Amino acid sequence: MSATPEKPDRPRVLLVDDYPDAREMYTEYLEFSGYEVIGAGNGLEALQRAVDASPDIILMDLSLPVMDGWEATRRLKADQRTASIPVVALTGHALAGISEGAKKAGCDAFVTKPCLPEDLVREIKRILDAPSTTRKPRRSGKYAKSS
Amino acid sequence: MPARAAALVAVAAPRRAAAKRNGSAAPYTGIPRVRVAVDTGAGDDAEMLAVRVRLLEGFVARAELSDCTQLALQWLAEVLGFTRSICLVRPEAEQSLFVVGSWGMTTSTVASYTVSLEDWNNPLVTAFNHRKELFFPAPHSAADRKRRPSTPFEDAAFHAVPLGVSGFSEDSFGILLVAGSEAIGADFHWFVSVFSQRIDQILRQQALTEGDRKQGRERSLLYSIINAVTDPILLTDTEGRLLIANARALTLFTASEEESEGRRGAVRMNNMLLSSALSSKAIEETGATRRELLLVNPVDGSDLVFELLSTVTEDPRQGSGVVSILRNVTDLRRASEEIEENYRKMRIAEVQARAESDRLNLIIDSVADPIVVTDAAGATSLMNEPAERLFTIPQRASEIEQRWVQANDAHFSSFIAGMLVSADQRRVGEIGLVDPKTGEAMPVEAIAGKILSEHGELTAVVTILHDRREAIEKALLYEQLKQASDELERKIQAATADIAQQNELLRRQAIELEQASALKSQFLANMSHEFRTPLNAMLGYTSMLLQGVAGDLEPPVKRQLGRIESNGRHLLTIINEILDISRIEAGRMPLQLSTFRIPELVGEVKAELEPIIMRSKLTITVDVPRDLKPITSDRQKVKQILLNLLSNALKFTHHGGVTIAARQHAKERTMTLSVTDTGIGIAPADQDRVFEDFRQLDNSPTRAYGGTGLGLSICRRLAQMLDGEITVQSQVGKGSTFMLALPVKGRK
Repeated sequence: MSATPEKPDRPRVLLVDDYPDAREMYTEYLEFSGYEVIGAGNGLEALQRAVDASPDIILMDLSLPVMDGWEATRRLKADQRTASIPVVALTGHALAGISEGAKKAGCDAFVTKPCLPEDLVREIKRILDAPSTTRKPRRSGKYAKSS
Repeated sequence: MPARAAALVAVAAPRRAAAKRNGSAAPYTGIPRVRVAVDTGAGDDAEMLAVRVRLLEGFVARAELSDCTQLALQWLAEVLGFTRSICLVRPEAEQSLFVVGSWGMTTSTVASYTVSLEDWNNPLVTAFNHRKELFFPAPHSAADRKRRPSTPFEDAAFHAVPLGVSGFSEDSFGILLVAGSEAIGADFHWFVSVFSQRIDQILRQQALTEGDRKQGRERSLLYSIINAVTDPILLTDTEGRLLIANARALTLFTASEEESEGRRGAVRMNNMLLSSALSSKAIEETGATRRELLLVNPVDGSDLVFELLSTVTEDPRQGSGVVSILRNVTDLRRASEEIEENYRKMRIAEVQARAESDRLNLIIDSVADPIVVTDAAGATSLMNEPAERLFTIPQRASEIEQRWVQANDAHFSSFIAGMLVSADQRRVGEIGLVDPKTGEAMPVEAIAGKILSEHGELTAVVTILHDRREAIEKALLYEQLKQASDELERKIQAATADIAQQNELLRRQAIELEQASALKSQFLANMSHEFRTPLNAMLGYTSMLLQGVAGDLEPPVKRQLGRIESNGRHLLTIINEILDISRIEAGRMPLQLSTFRIPELVGEVKAELEPIIMRSKLTITVDVPRDLKPITSDRQKVKQILLNLLSNALKFTHHGGVTIAARQHAKERTMTLSVTDTGIGIAPADQDRVFEDFRQLDNSPTRAYGGTGLGLSICRRLAQMLDGEITVQSQVGKGSTFMLALPVKGRK
């Protein structure tokens, strides 16, 4: 899908969004910006992908079908295998209190949609560059993109 | 007594002879013979010692004055040979000396012999008073005889020896007359000395017992007197203890163990009451005046009222005490109270009776209705002024007036006649009278009552006449009024029902409106979200294309994509503002308080608008002191307000500059953030309207400035949420200043 050649040290991003156009747009831009992107359309799928692909960061839309982003984040943070992966909440609901709820569910950062692709990339860079003791070391991209 | 003495001499004489014969002290009647060693002061004449002892023993055995004297005189005659002697003693409180014993004298000679101590010429009185022994030799002449005191010894020589005790009192208490011319010696003086002592002893004892008896008699007399008094009398010591009480007092203040508990309780109570009444303080305060003392009758428990008279007595031997006399005034007081009460009642009755009669007169006079009193025969005995107008012919009355009055009289008489013959006590009837002034018909209601005497005889009939004209008229008016009122009430009820219905309708509408408004807000919030999702994709792709993600673009394409992007952003702003308004209205925008610094906030706002600032070519001045203290508020909302104010200033300013200033006001605990521009300005009339929803002053479809017109409206609402306010100062053509005032420490 991308013309950019794969680099072995590209950070892997799990992008969870039920709106395909948005998912596609962000995927395209992230890959353009040098990331490897795995997509998921709902919370349940996101859990599966997170375990399978061990991404470096998860971008989680909060309003999702099947299982919403809050529940998915809670489960990710409860699972030892995925607990250390930073989760950035993405939502169109800029209502006050939502960011609190997201933090409570275990999200590490919060981004309000609409969010321009470049703003999102800036946020991802900020989180991945921040020193963290709990963060796993960057992994090589030996897993192929699932979709 | 002298007779007995003579008899004694007769029997005693042979015994003395026998004693001499035996060579020892002869046995002597009544005197036991005991040998006692007594220093007689007269040598060692053993016989003399014995007889002296005999005298002393005789004294010991005799307590009576006469017995003792008799024994002594007998001893004097037998031992010392003074065969005739008389002993006189002065009884207490007497001014004469009386014979208490004699020896060798006939009864008749001494029976009436006395020596008056007031007779100063009598040498015996001198001897007595001066305790001087005198000797009177036998007279040789009439003159001698005259100088001699007269005694039963007559002309015989005699000694007068005063009797007295030395050491105690120099006074003599008697005198011993002894016939004989021979001198008196030591034995005689010894005799006088012991005899005097013994007589003194007996006299003292007599005086003592006599005194005691007398006191005893007096005391019992005193007791019977105070016991005879029906008022309680008490003597108490200073501590209030009962010393002496009469019989009546004893029943009040003492009770034995056998008495009933109630009685003993009453006695205890009485003692307590008395003690407190007699407490020295109480006496001091009131002196010896009369006081009232309420006691309990221990017999039946009834109240007794006493008048208490207490007097403090000072007795140097017994100490001071209080004599109290209680006078029972219970009945007295009751009686006086009754009299007072009766008098009071009488006065009240009198006053009432007078008031009653006054009132009655007043009532009769003040009643506007005619009142007529008729006697048992039907003759009028009393009528008030209104009645007179109806039933008496006035002076200078016309003929017709006279006729009307007569007609009235006739009607009334027939009513009274009917009343008199009937057995009814009261009767109410209607009489058709005529007003004598106008001739107008005057229906009256007559209320008549019979007044009976104590024996049931009819004494009078009182009739009150009540003019019915007014009542009839009133009834008519009332009927009309009632109809009108009913009509009104009916109308009001109808109107009220209408209003209630409308109220209900309005209430329902209000609820519906509220629901509709909530639905609208919810709808708008949802719609905004739905709008933004696709817009997000559109803006994202546009941005990506402009960044050359899909390869380099031709300049015209880049310009066209730029238009798409700017319009898309504008659309996003509009959607965001609509979303904000609906959130605020739906109450879904809670405060998120935090403490933050203003300079940083201003920096962020400026940075976000940097592209617009760059394009505008305006001078932006930031006047924010670096040392501004942090404030506590909702940072996001303050930032949104400032963003809005600054972007407005940039939008409406074409030349000059924009100044962002911040100030803190410690006193008011507020701070202000202001944005001043040199833009187009706002006319005074429009300055309030800029804060209204969807208001842009240029409302034409081709207006020169973009925006929804919601920005200031949102700012004002946000400021209100933060307990602050936004104000504007502006001059057309010169520029505007928008100022946000906020509390330094905001509260939720």
